[in-house]
This record gives sequence, C-alpha cells and structure tokens, in this order.
Amino acid sequence: MGRTFAQKILGRASGRDVEVGDIVFVEPDCVLTHDNTAAIIDKFESTVPGGKVRYPDKLAIVLDHVVPAASSKNAAGHARIRRFVKEQGIEHFYDAGTGICHQVLPEKGLVAPGAVIVGSDSHTCTYGAFNAFAAGIDRTEAAGLWITGKTWFKVPPTVSIEMTGHLVGRVSAKDLILRIVGDMGADGANYMAVEFHGPAIGSLRMSDRMTMANMGIEMGAKLAVFPVDRVTQEYLRNRGPDASRTMWSDVDADFCQVREYNLEELEPVVAMPHNVDNVAPISEVGKIEVDQVFLGTCTNGRLEDLQAALDVMGEASVHENVRMIVGPASREVYLKADRAGLLARFVEAGAMVIPPGCGPCLGAHMGALAPGERCLSTANRNFQGRMGEKEAEIYLGSAETAAATAIAGHIADPREVR
Amino acid sequence: MAVHYYDRDDINTDLLFPGKYTYKCSNGPEIKEHLLEDLDPGFAEKVQPGDIVMAGKNFGCGSSREQPSVGLRYVGVDAVIARSFARIFYRSAINQGLLLVESPEAVDAYSPGDEVEVDPARGVVTVGGEDFGFPALPDEMLEILEDGGLLAHIRKTVKGGGQ
Repeated sequence: MGRTFAQKILGRASGRDVEVGDIVFVEPDCVLTHDNTAAIIDKFESTVPGGKVRYPDKLAIVLDHVVPAASSKNAAGHARIRRFVKEQGIEHFYDAGTGICHQVLPEKGLVAPGAVIVGSDSHTCTYGAFNAFAAGIDRTEAAGLWITGKTWFKVPPTVSIEMTGHLVGRVSAKDLILRIVGDMGADGANYMAVEFHGPAIGSLRMSDRMTMANMGIEMGAKLAVFPVDRVTQEYLRNRGPDASRTMWSDVDADFCQVREYNLEELEPVVAMPHNVDNVAPISEVGKIEVDQVFLGTCTNGRLEDLQAALDVMGEASVHENVRMIVGPASREVYLKADRAGLLARFVEAGAMVIPPGCGPCLGAHMGALAPGERCLSTANRNFQGRMGEKEAEIYLGSAETAAATAIAGHIADPREVR
Repeated sequence: MAVHYYDRDDINTDLLFPGKYTYKCSNGPEIKEHLLEDLDPGFAEKVQPGDIVMAGKNFGCGSSREQPSVGLRYVGVDAVIARSFARIFYRSAINQGLLLVESPEAVDAYSPGDEVEVDPARGVVTVGGEDFGFPALPDEMLEILEDGGLLAHIRKTVKGGGQ
C-alpha cells in the first residue's frame, strides 16, 4: 500500500517510516505567530529567563490582528514584539500594514512546497495550497517551539477530495469549499489530513487554492493540501522559496474516505448562522436583508476576489441600507488593486476600504455589528458573537455573492446580476 | 463538585471565549471574567475548583486561541468530558495540563444530578455509579499533562532553556 502526503512528510521530518496513529517529533521549518506574539514572549521569558530563541531564522512574525493598534494596550503589545524582534535577531518580521499573515508568508517566499509549518493561528492550514504541511497550534506550543525547536504530531488518516470539471461563471472556489465543509460537517475531518486531487486542480488559481486550504480547519482538518503544478511554480518563481522538496501521495495511498465533486454541478452557496457547515444553496436562502457586507480576510481578500466583486457590481452603488467594508489582504494586494483602479471604484460605489488586517473578521477591530444586525462576509467563520455581538448574524459567501448582496441590500445570487 | 453540562455539539472557541477579548485578556483573572460568556453567562461566577464541564462532539472547534483551555485550567476545572474534541483545542488542553476525557458513552449516560468522577490513572470516568473507560494519552503527551503543561514540562526537561 502506498503512502499519503502526511505519512511521507512526517516520515521525512522524523527520519523514519511512519504509519497512521504514530507519534513523531519533528522540527518545523517555520513557526508563525502574529499579534499574539506579545503573550508568547511572556511565556517564553517566564520559562527561560534571558534565553535565546533556538532557531530565530525559522520564526515568522506578522502584526495583523489589531492593526493599526485600536488601543494603547494593543500598541504596547506591538511595541514589545518589535523590541523582542530586535533583541533576538528575528529576520522575518512584518510590521502592521504588511498584511494578513496567511497572505504575507507566501508573498514573502516563506512558504515552500514540502515544508512543515506551524502557526499560532488556526488558519495556518492555508499554506497547504503550496503543498506545505501546515497546521495550527496554540500560543503555549509556539513558546515551546521557540525554546526547543520541535514538537509532536500524530500521523493523521487522510481524506481525498477528487475534483473534476471547472468552475462555471460566477461560481467560485469559495462555493466549492463551503459545499465540501457542508458535506463533511464541522468535525468531518477532525484529526485528519485532507488532500485535494483530480483534473480540476489545473484550472484553480493559487488564490482559489488558498481559499480552499484556508477553510480546511472548518471541517476540523489538521492540514489541507494541494499538489504542486505549473500554477504553483509560476507563483513561487519570483518569490524565492526552495521548490525542490515537493511531496505528494502515492497513487495507491490508503485514504480513509474519498469524496468526488464535479465543479460544473456547483451553484453559489451561503453558510447560514451560526456554523460554517450550515450550508444552503443560494437559491434556497431567500432575500435576507443585510446591514453590512465584508469583503476581505485571509479567505477572500486577494486581488482576484476584489476584481470578481467589481465584475459583479459593475457601475452599481452599494445599497443605501448597507455598509460595505473592503479589506485587501496585504500591502501587495492593496497596491495592485490601487494601481488597477479597483480601490477607487469601491470607494466611488460607497464602500469603505480598510488597511490590510484581520480585525473585523474576529470582532477585534472595526466593522463590529449591532444587536440584531446581519452581515454577509467572505470570511471563514460565522460563529455566534464572532463579529463582536452575540445577537448578530453572520452569513458566509464568495466575493461574487458579497458584491451581489452589497448592491441588492439582501443576500443575492451573483449569477442574477445584469 | 458540580457538572456544567451543555447538551450541544460544536461548542466553538468564540462561545468559550469571544474573539473581541482575544487581544485584551491573556492572564487567568482577565480570562475568567469572559470565560464561556456567550455560552453560559453565569459560568465565571458559579464555577468552582474540581468542577467538570461536559458537552457534545467537536468541543473547542475553531480558533487556535488558548484562552479557553488556559481559562478552564485557571478556574480549576478538573476535566472536560465530551463526545469528541477539535484537534487544536485537544493539543492546547495538553499544553495547559487540562485533562480531557473523550467518552460519548459517559455523555450519553449522564443525567442532571449524577455524580461524575474521573480517574485519569485508571482511564475511567464514573457517571452515576457506572464506569466508562476512555482512551489513555500516548506516553509523550501524558508526561506533558502530568508535569502540569508544556512549559512546566520544558522547565523540567530542558535545563537552562534553549541554548
């Protein structure tokens, strides 16, 4: 029987043949932390007073969750992180304004195929789009990694998602991954690896693959990974990571579950409150009025998403009852969108463009909801209370659906616009 | 000893500790104030050391924020018993020295008012007088848990720290 991606990569990283269920100790290639670095510094310094980070070159620190600082307390946290970065000689530090970590790391060439990456953020699984073994951990474990350089993994069983066809019209990769999460359930891939397979992959852009890998955690997955192809290589070419350690499962690998999707049969979907797996076809959702539309986040804040939204909006303005917030995922995305005239079009349409960051998605900074309000968001989570208010409702959809909704004032099918 | 029983699945990290406080609270007393705020607003006031939290499947799904596991450990919860746990929360609980008991049978057997006891050494949870086994942690993880969490474990095993 052949081996899965997870078996191969954990086998290589631990230096032995591994079976599903084995516990292995590995030294990750990269340890990501963000604004929570301030709390991790506390843990690090109280455990090894005056200690040095074991592998400072493996650390990546991105300030993105509450930027620019919303309060003096946030600012003090950021200041502490900047001091620590200097003291410890940490090279890969990206200050407020660079962007959301999961967009920044690939842009800066820190995500290599076949790498093992951990991060104190659950959406670290995004890097699976680039064929990395990438998983979320907590702050304490990040502190432990700074000290010892290693951690443990249990070799996971693997689910294979086999995809054929190609996305049609205004149906997007977001609709596809929401459909998959809806079918699998919020714990359908708990403790498991998810591998994406099939001829459809060649038609998916890196932005699409990032959207999909990003949401692996929403079905509980440890990692969600794509193979490397020309599209990946094209993205990586000028960004510099070592692309020689590409890894993929054997054709006769042992999958615990196989699911098949024909992309041509999909329609836009919406995740209804308050769970990501509560997925409904947009044709069955009805005209639910919304107060806010949020286009952005590590799931759908890329140039392709902004362009797709504007393609739907055309010359139309944001509905008078709707606040539309647009958050480009990084400075690079922001600049490209600006130079292409996209940001001006959003502003002209009545939207607010915010600096690159995570804030509104988790109710940490800007874009909070009032009791009883509804938001259609392109984020990855619609948990109760997530955007700052327990008595509000969050609906998740694609950039296209967000755009259609923003101009209609109610949840709307992007295929029916114009 | 009281059992805080929540008869629902997918209790996520926002319900355990709302995201809006994630960058405002990181120590025990600050976390306690908002622990389970959107799930059970009275929890912080009524919870006592030695209490047990019980729930359905996929407990702790969502964010990697550690305030839920740090908070439950800080208030002295003896164990969380659930049908299953989300993986990041599961790791985080070990890292905090918080005992998790995965036992759908124990959750099924529970009726309000039942006495619940956990014996981690024997791997047995007792609900209303009936015993249920639960899977033991692998040795490597058990050591971390028994040392009181990952950083305590590192203090013990890595003398002098990183370098």
